Amino acid sequence: MQGQTLTVARYVLVEARRSALPWLALSCMLAALGLAGFLSQVAITEASALQASVCAALLRACAVFLVAAHVAASVVRESNDKGLELALALPMPRTAWYLGKLLGFAGAGALIAALFALPLLAWARPGDVAAWWLALAAETAVVAATALFFASALGQAVAAIAGALGLYLLARSISAIQMIAGSPLTGESAAADAARWVVEAIALLLPRLDAVARGEWLLYGAPAVPELALSLGGLAIYFVLLAAAGLFDFSRRNL
Amino acid sequence: MNLTGEQRALAAVPRWLWALLAVALAAQLGWRAAGRVTAPAASDLPPAPSAAALRLASLGENAALARTAMLWLQAFDSRGDNALPYQRLDYGRLIAWLGAILATDPRSGYPLFAAARVYAENEDAHKARLMFDFVEAQFLVDPNGRWAALAQVALLAKHRLHDLPLALRYASEIQRLATDPTIPSWARQMEIFILEDMNELEAAKIMLGGLLATGRIRDPEERRFLEGRLKEIEERLSRSGGRKR
Repeated sequence: MQGQTLTVARYVLVEARRSALPWLALSCMLAALGLAGFLSQVAITEASALQASVCAALLRACAVFLVAAHVAASVVRESNDKGLELALALPMPRTAWYLGKLLGFAGAGALIAALFALPLLAWARPGDVAAWWLALAAETAVVAATALFFASALGQAVAAIAGALGLYLLARSISAIQMIAGSPLTGESAAADAARWVVEAIALLLPRLDAVARGEWLLYGAPAVPELALSLGGLAIYFVLLAAAGLFDFSRRNL
Repeated sequence: MNLTGEQRALAAVPRWLWALLAVALAAQLGWRAAGRVTAPAASDLPPAPSAAALRLASLGENAALARTAMLWLQAFDSRGDNALPYQRLDYGRLIAWLGAILATDPRSGYPLFAAARVYAENEDAHKARLMFDFVEAQFLVDPNGRWAALAQVALLAKHRLHDLPLALRYASEIQRLATDPTIPSWARQMEIFILEDMNELEAAKIMLGGLLATGRIRDPEERRFLEGRLKEIEERLSRSGGRKR
């Protein structure tokens, strides 16, 4: 099964290379650099810090959107073209197909992250950029797993992109929401307690995406290796969870 | 758009469609040119959100949001036709914005730089003092990281407002609280020179003598300069009979 998984992953990467994805990634990089350059011209201090942080934030958002859109479009198109039925008619377990797709999309995300990390070397230390790249690669892998799950389950590109990006935005903002919900200003009523409990419960189901690939790593230094490993470990657990959920749904489906 | 290159010749496009495209483009350009966006007026500055709300909006990218928020904030009341930018700003709101942005990324130097170098230079003494208070309050939170803004404000208090006791208070706070050895000597010695300007020669002499005695001044040129200054103060004291602080 391992060989089949790797074959599927390789074809996913070939498909990504032949699509508009590399050109879109390059365009995003140039646009982010242009905008950061413009903003630095109007800054009265910390111009380099502004360029690095804005560029990193924009490129991170671009990487996530490109990966989510590419995964959703690719999976839905393959399903509509009956390519999925053709692939599964071969002597290949569903697990191999799904994991191959996941591996390929995660690989494409890692390549985009590497491309986006390159210009940041102009403003930040290589070690900090390496940590940022590693974290962005892990983040795009989680996004790819989310988009694959939604695209496979819903079968519609728009719904899959909306689901993946909605979950992503919630994961990025849940820490701030928890902080607001836990503020003493929210009061001690039963409704406030219930709201806090609901927020805490939702947070348990989400990865800590706000804690990784932060632009401030490039300004003030990346976290220490144990802390970084802990953050990436959390993303790895969520990646496995999404893969398991996707495989579970895919194994039950009648095609 | 077809990215594969399999397209028909341009001649296949009907003429009316060419015309429609050109007219629509011209209308768009004209429309945007007529309503050009200018810098927002002072009265457009909205009330500041809380730091928690800014952090929520940043989606974890606090450093990027804090800096872009500063760019946005500095655009208010800064139109080219404005002879005196930032004069009409509501400083209560402005300080709330600066505080929220600084709380979003406490390690950014941008908000305090703008506060001390731009907004504190307001011709309106009351507004300038409000900004001085903000800078002083933020300095007390992190003296070693924020001494430069308070030093700038001390200079403004001395030279713009001619309020030497206020300048002395700021200089004294830097001298007492900023302990980082990388802080330049001029910032730590500011108190001595303000005392001198206030004709508090005895106090200036004691402080300068104490500073030289600590051995913190290692640069020979700087040491020679300060020793010369001490001698000068002693001569002035002997001429005037001194004045105790």
